Amino acid sequence: MSIEEKQNSPTFQDSDSTEYPKNEKEVSSFIKKFYKSGIPVELVGSGSKKKMGKPLQCAKTLNLSKLNGIIEYLPEELYIKVKAATPIKEIEEELKKNKQQLAFEPIDFGFLLNGKSDYGTAGGQVSCNISGSRRFKVGSVRDHVLGFRGVNGRGEIIKSGGVVVKNVTGYDLSKLICGSYGTLAALTEITFKVLPAPDESKTLVIHNQKLEFAADLLYRSISSSSDISGAIYLPNEPKVAGCVMDIEKTFKLNDLKNNGSITAIRIEGSKNSIDQRFKNLSNELKVANFDISILETIQSEIFWNKIKTLELFSSTKNNILRIVIPPSECVNLVYQLSNKFKYYFDWGGALMWMEAFELSEEMFESIRKKIIKLGGYVTMIKNSDYLPYVEEVFTINRDRFNITQNIKKSFDPKRILNASKMYTGI
Amino acid sequence: MNKLAMPKIDRKLTSKKIEIVKGLKKIIKAENVLDHEDQLRPFETDALSAYKQKPLIAVFPENTEEVSKILAFCNRERIKVVPRGSGTGLSGGALPLADCVLLCLGKFNKILEVDYKNRCVVAQPGVTNLSITQAVEEKGFYYAPDPSSQIACSIGGNVAENSGGVHSLKYGTTTNNLLGVEVVFMDGTISRLGGKTYDSEGYDLLGLITGSEGLLCVITEVTVKILKKPQSVKAALIGFPSIEDGGKCVSEIIASGIIPSGMEMMDKALIHATDNFVKAGYPRDAESMLIVELDGAEIEVEELIEKVSEIAKKNKSSSIKISKNEKQRLKFWAGRKAAFPACGDMAPDYYCMDGTIPRGKLAEVLKEIGRLSKKYNLPVANAFHAGDGNLHPLIMYDANEKNALEKTEKFGADILKYCVKVGGVLTGEHGVGVEKRELMCEMFNNNDIQQQIKIKKALDASSLLNPGKVYPILRKCAEEGRVHVHRGKTKFPDIPRF
Repeated sequence: MSIEEKQNSPTFQDSDSTEYPKNEKEVSSFIKKFYKSGIPVELVGSGSKKKMGKPLQCAKTLNLSKLNGIIEYLPEELYIKVKAATPIKEIEEELKKNKQQLAFEPIDFGFLLNGKSDYGTAGGQVSCNISGSRRFKVGSVRDHVLGFRGVNGRGEIIKSGGVVVKNVTGYDLSKLICGSYGTLAALTEITFKVLPAPDESKTLVIHNQKLEFAADLLYRSISSSSDISGAIYLPNEPKVAGCVMDIEKTFKLNDLKNNGSITAIRIEGSKNSIDQRFKNLSNELKVANFDISILETIQSEIFWNKIKTLELFSSTKNNILRIVIPPSECVNLVYQLSNKFKYYFDWGGALMWMEAFELSEEMFESIRKKIIKLGGYVTMIKNSDYLPYVEEVFTINRDRFNITQNIKKSFDPKRILNASKMYTGI
Repeated sequence: MNKLAMPKIDRKLTSKKIEIVKGLKKIIKAENVLDHEDQLRPFETDALSAYKQKPLIAVFPENTEEVSKILAFCNRERIKVVPRGSGTGLSGGALPLADCVLLCLGKFNKILEVDYKNRCVVAQPGVTNLSITQAVEEKGFYYAPDPSSQIACSIGGNVAENSGGVHSLKYGTTTNNLLGVEVVFMDGTISRLGGKTYDSEGYDLLGLITGSEGLLCVITEVTVKILKKPQSVKAALIGFPSIEDGGKCVSEIIASGIIPSGMEMMDKALIHATDNFVKAGYPRDAESMLIVELDGAEIEVEELIEKVSEIAKKNKSSSIKISKNEKQRLKFWAGRKAAFPACGDMAPDYYCMDGTIPRGKLAEVLKEIGRLSKKYNLPVANAFHAGDGNLHPLIMYDANEKNALEKTEKFGADILKYCVKVGGVLTGEHGVGVEKRELMCEMFNNNDIQQQIKIKKALDASSLLNPGKVYPILRKCAEEGRVHVHRGKTKFPDIPRF
């Protein structure tokens, strides 16, 4: 097999040889060596998101888990600098001590992909750039990366950014590496912007609304001045026998009524501020006309944690799709889909998570076409027995592919880092 | 004018000016191609007016197809292109080259769509920053980044420089408020990056081109996020007997978990200059002054103002004034927003620097600036986006004095070097341009810069788009035969090179 064939093959494997570099310098010398001999290498942190993207079986694996630890944390400067394979859990625990947080709400893919909770590492979160429910208010992972260090495909140590929020010194490579699935550089160090954690959280749940009305409620909530930080619609329809998503089973909370679909809106901040905004929002939405539940801090946090951990899909054997569209198109999208699926909307209708039953590649491509027409994109997050492999996990068009290929070459000319993890040929 | 090493002038090309003009007039209306010396004079500089250079030709395309054809033509003919928005940039990013086609986006001045359903505005790049807010304020929305030049600067320029403003700490800079762009690459390819969705899949090309200073592509359309105005906004005007006390107050406010929507600091020189200029009612006896703005629910703003006042008192504040109404709040800001013209009133010329530092280093850096001011014998006034650590020292000088600009630039370079030394960066929002180009080596090593240059080449293989900006004109580059260093003289000659 030629290198080219090896890079593009989903099944090729020379041996299971894994290297464990202890520091950035070792990462650099390993990659230099692989570069010289043109050996494709898979980059792994804790492996929590290994199943995302296209499957890789490279000659070598570079396990970066030893690059672990907090380098510098200055709460008053609002940043934390960590080695790339530092577990997100460890970072969040450290931040908690100073009542701070990673505001983008790292997603826990562990239940979905590996059967148990695993937020993975800082590097993994950055490489996938998938953010939680607060996205529409605070931005995504990429908006919270101030700087990084890493090793490109030539084995050179590179850096970009810094520790400050305002910075236009050179191209913003910190953005570029977010969501690049390890195809540009092996990350060694990341500086995150951190923010104060809210004192309290409160969630307004409106029950039993049809999609059209729920979408309007979410739109009005986000467009209000109540500064909400979560807007989600969890329908109980359609009923699909082969799907596991079941809101009644997942969301069992003392103060949460059991009455059809859930439209939930979160407000965070200090107690008085929440109360005032909650009151304003309730008036604006005329909630007196609805059947509602109110979740105070503890239950509100449990509720949103279940979203963050994708608990609704935790034991599914079906395909899981992540769909991002302009929020105004959410109703339209649901009506256009003809496959068997369960779904919910996050980000006020801009993000759909779909559990698809008995999905075929043709159906997936047909869904993708519809989504592209609506101005969005779709990612296959989890495969199933029905559809264990799709050629195009991510969405891309020809123009972008060409640019992407050129960028890839500028970092990794021999295409040795996670080659074809995102797209064949990248 | 100061000598500045720029890419070597292609004499073969300049001698073909008439043919190039003819070629361009075939692509766009003849009246949109300017080639006469007198017509070109207004475009010889941007807001870094110390440097002037007339372009070979200036063109004013009216739509994206024209931009694409112009770029494809220039790419084919190997003609350098310098894009220009409103020309308000402070780092010389739009400084023309003698052998370039200056691509002016001034005719791209329409707001194309206000989309409340998706909370965004689609605008052409020549639209000013402020007119985006004006287009949506009737429904209570606004566009968050607000650089001080917002009445004049274009949104396309904002994307190119990743402009910030006084609200960046809470609301981010352009990159955090941008949803999509339409761009044209040097080979004429038209591309849409992002759109009306949050994030886009694949490499974050939108993030890459934001702040790329016109080196990677030409922006022809911009989609930005709009936000609902907060229920309540109030500002506190706080005087301090020393810079250190003001600096400590800033750190303590942030450490207490408050994220003000704006937090600005000025030193005594600037307090006086701006107060003379707009009569903002600033505390003239104070050594430093803070404007702390808080927004959110009414009750929250009241609580936070109270908390901020307590922290200020703890840090020996000499005066605290809270805005009683919107008029007074805007008056507090009027002085800060007039900082540049106020300095223009105090000295024949001023030079505005733009480093960013960790907030905690403020007092240390200001002390160093004071020391350097004495050393160079040039007065300096300091404006500081204290919330996000972005420092704007304004060095005052008289360009008519011999070597005054050189001395000022050296002073400026020393300040920026110090910013990097304390863990900061060379530029927060004005961009590198030609101004800080040679200082890049202070922050980046050869690997870092070569990686960036490789990205540039990945998107503009012949380096024709805005060459000579952002990256140092190095010996290494000179060896590639692309640039010429004037008798070995570049800006900031004392800076270490590769």
